[in-house]
Amino acid sequence: METNKQAQKQYAKMVEDVSPKSPIGKNCVLAFLSGGLICAIGEGFLQLYGKIGFAEEESLLLVSVTLIGISALLTALGIYGKLGKYCGAGTEVPITGFANSVVSPAIEFKKEGMVLGMAAKMFLLAGPVIVYGTLTSMVVGVVYYFVGR
Amino acid sequence: MNKRMGKQTVRLAEPVIIRGVASTVGETEGEGPLGGYFDCVVRDPLYGEDTWEQAESRFVQENMRLAVKKAGCSMQNMDYVLCGDLLNQCVGTTFGIKDFNVPFFGLFGACSTMGEAMSLGAMLIDGGYATNVLAGASSHFCSAEKQFRFPLPLGIQRTPVASRTVTGDGAVVLSRNGKGPVITEITTGKIVDMGVTDVNNMGAAMAPAAAALIAAHLRDTERTLQDYDVIVTGDLGDTGRTLSATLLEKEGFPMDERYKDCGLLIYDNERQDTHMGGSGCACSAVTFCGYYYPKLVSGEIKRMLFVPTGALLSTTSVQQNQPIPGIAHGIVIENMKR
Amino acid sequence: MEYIKAFVVGGIICLIGQILIDKTKLTPARILVMYVCIGCVLGGIGLYPKLVDFAGAGATVPLTGFGNVLAKGVKEEIDTAGFLGVFTGGLKAAAGGLSAAVLFGFLASVFAEPKEK
Repeated sequence: METNKQAQKQYAKMVEDVSPKSPIGKNCVLAFLSGGLICAIGEGFLQLYGKIGFAEEESLLLVSVTLIGISALLTALGIYGKLGKYCGAGTEVPITGFANSVVSPAIEFKKEGMVLGMAAKMFLLAGPVIVYGTLTSMVVGVVYYFVGR
Repeated sequence: MNKRMGKQTVRLAEPVIIRGVASTVGETEGEGPLGGYFDCVVRDPLYGEDTWEQAESRFVQENMRLAVKKAGCSMQNMDYVLCGDLLNQCVGTTFGIKDFNVPFFGLFGACSTMGEAMSLGAMLIDGGYATNVLAGASSHFCSAEKQFRFPLPLGIQRTPVASRTVTGDGAVVLSRNGKGPVITEITTGKIVDMGVTDVNNMGAAMAPAAAALIAAHLRDTERTLQDYDVIVTGDLGDTGRTLSATLLEKEGFPMDERYKDCGLLIYDNERQDTHMGGSGCACSAVTFCGYYYPKLVSGEIKRMLFVPTGALLSTTSVQQNQPIPGIAHGIVIENMKR
Repeated sequence: MEYIKAFVVGGIICLIGQILIDKTKLTPARILVMYVCIGCVLGGIGLYPKLVDFAGAGATVPLTGFGNVLAKGVKEEIDTAGFLGVFTGGLKAAAGGLSAAVLFGFLASVFAEPKEK
């Protein structure tokens, strides 16, 4: 069995042919419904906080905090992980998914200590989002400073 | 006397007896189709311990003790312990066997570790360096997920080519004396790299190594599939089994229903939602010890080729875009009763 | 009506993510990074705020909304504080959400034990 580039290419083709594909239709429907539902729930809180008398900016922040709290609770109870199996991007893309990605390693790595385990690993998955988000915002800021205003 | 039978295969001068075996598994494996065959099903994934890693060590400790007991031996009769697992620096093994007080070789062969342990154990005995060797391998779904994939509470979707790491430990007592099925030949695998990079598709990464090993074995021994009651690979899963069978056919060794895979036997993939099937060191180890060993004892199987398979990767190598090479080790086990 | 708009827009944003996961080799982590960056750029050029006006939580709850918050923050800060706003604006605007995630992550780790799924 020669392992040159040609054989590797042929083998990659074989693998492609026999490996089952993700059920993309079903996944998309579930992602749409679950993601939509989470956003609709967020809208519910937004309306609620508005009615109580918070300003729009405050309401938006409170919605985020509320959803993060709910997601943390569901993650701690092991429910969010099960939902993620079915909902895919529907539960990953909303802010609840971001919260899940912070809370999960915090729980999983607490056995390695509250400093080097829980705290150090907390942003294992969400860290890149913050790093690239911050960098992008700085680029946006520079452009805005020089040409946007 | 030359014991070599070709480039990769050796024939033991004196067959080595598999005197006793034990298998301990977790809840999901216990609920699978082979559930009734295992010695012990532990429902608590922590096995009463504090962490996943310590739980894996507990599986190792309890099951290896059980294997020695079932073989009618005591721990001080063991000349060597050979075993390994998937955790970094094999800590699952270390903390499982450290109190045995037996000379120890720690092994890493990824999921093929059981094949490596049995091969080397049999060679140690045949070489005259040992009378009894305790050999085994372990893995744990939770400790493997934590190390290789994602924290368990994370809500992620698994791809359909993913497999599930088997929780458990399989152990055998190899001996110069006693009764039981025997190891007669050993074919040692070479690393085969076909450039697979998808970490989820372990079956595809290992299939070429499995096919190469089986082909090498059949060439070295000048046998065909028909000379075996069963040829069983470790944890190729659905895709991997298909791929390896196709590769073997191309090499001129067509396979039939005698060609099995432990990863496909241990779970009911539809019912248990385990996608491709089982994987991990324990997959082949517990399936051999629980399911195949009794069949070898009863004579239902006269000769089998047991081929644990492994994917050689680390989280670092994958992140550095290295491919995932595979390895497989072959052991011929026979019932010598006439 | 607000609910339907939030549901449909939020759902579509998630659906696009699902297609990317299933059709490309991109891992979920990379897609989330992409989402934040895209949200931030769309926020910077003023398109995303329009989507927020239309869909409310449907646009703010997905991670693209987080990127939009960063962009909005940095622009507002530059308006009031000048160039130094480049350094302070983004994270200042994100502080509420990040602090909440840290707090709840900490609390969850105190009260919850790792479990097998």
